Amino acid sequence: MAQVEVDMVKPSEEQTLYAGILEKGMYLGLLTLLITFLIYILGILDLRIALDELPRYWQMSADQYLHEAGIQAGWGWVALLGYGDFLNFIGIAFLAALTIFCYLSVIPTLLKKKDYIYSILALLEVLVLSLAASGILAAGH
Amino acid sequence: MKKWGGILCVLFCTFLLLLLLTDPSFASDPAAAAPTAEHPWWFWPVVLFVVTFLMGIFAVLGGVGGGVLYVPIISGFFPFHLDFVRGAGLLVALTGALAAGPGLLKSSLASLRLAVPVALIASTCAIIGAMIGLALPTNIVQIFLGVVILFICVLMLTAKKSTFPDVPESDRLSSVLRIYGVYYEDSMGKEIDWKIHRTPLGLLLFIGIGVMAGMFGLGAGWANVPVLNLVMGAPLKISVATSKFLLSITDTSAAWVYLNKGCVIPLMVVPSVVGIMLGSFVGVRLLKIAKPALIRWAVIIILGFAGLKALLKGLGIG
Repeated sequence: MAQVEVDMVKPSEEQTLYAGILEKGMYLGLLTLLITFLIYILGILDLRIALDELPRYWQMSADQYLHEAGIQAGWGWVALLGYGDFLNFIGIAFLAALTIFCYLSVIPTLLKKKDYIYSILALLEVLVLSLAASGILAAGH
Repeated sequence: MKKWGGILCVLFCTFLLLLLLTDPSFASDPAAAAPTAEHPWWFWPVVLFVVTFLMGIFAVLGGVGGGVLYVPIISGFFPFHLDFVRGAGLLVALTGALAAGPGLLKSSLASLRLAVPVALIASTCAIIGAMIGLALPTNIVQIFLGVVILFICVLMLTAKKSTFPDVPESDRLSSVLRIYGVYYEDSMGKEIDWKIHRTPLGLLLFIGIGVMAGMFGLGAGWANVPVLNLVMGAPLKISVATSKFLLSITDTSAAWVYLNKGCVIPLMVVPSVVGIMLGSFVGVRLLKIAKPALIRWAVIIILGFAGLKALLKGLGIG
């Protein structure tokens, strides 16, 4: 009886797939975040901004911080991944991109089920999130 | 039982004490309020970790998301610029939602079919909100933030919840999108079929929710749940779970805008994310013995205080 109940509330194929990728990605992202943070704090790699200089920067606006620290907006952090402080952005960006991977992974399943409306909605979501991630959209104080 | 109650009281008092100690306006000597000159670099990240850990506990016990507590409290009582607090706040809400998402989806409490159309609107509008929030002068954002936080307090005090809303018939849009489902209700020992109505109105309201989430870097669970539950008629458990999952999509779009604008400082983000997560684990364990009503009141008071502080700070008074 219990088995029947479980089966009736079983999530759809695409929902199960989405959950599986989200779960693995989330653990991977958090692990990366913790490891890179340890590398940062333990001083294993050189830092772009010295730790004792940071309190000066975190009181500024983001625009001012980028200007004074000489850092490029958008994906400028990729060029600085050799520094311990910017290494942290791997985990942060991965976690922020995880939803895009999840959506991309369910589109084939939706198409296979001929669920065209949700296939289009999922594709639109991928485009919206990719646009946000692209760095094309910029605004300043 | 009494022992745990005592521990909770001590934790709550520690939380308040830390907030008061971090608030520059409580320093007798204004020069002492300059945090950078007074403390080594690790001081504020460590205090941030402790405060977010306690915040994680009280967020779970008070039935609110960590994101909604994070931005007003950290921007009100810490020396960080609002840009970085909003960036970190979004990442705190995002990681919390990513961590909860798999379990909620697998148990069918969160519905992907309900979330997909709602998320498309909310995430698009969150980008617009983030751009507006970053373009406006900081003090104006701070004033709006204060007003929104005070509004959330009123909402928490007055909003009704409906465990199983009466939905006589699905509306046309939700029928076309096939938004319905079934979940197993533990407390009743049976399966509950659910469907929704007033979908166009609900989707319209998510425009505003998305803009606010992006503009202030708040998790938007406080607004998602009432709309999903009271307006669209989803059962309370489905609304709460789908709302939590929704944050993983809505906050993703806004988080990218903040990330690309340089509003992310890892030394703030990682202690906050880890602190809130660890606090949430402890909070879930304490949930069995805590008095939720009392704690909810405490959370509302803290939130009201933080909202007022944000408002005064924006007006140049606090």
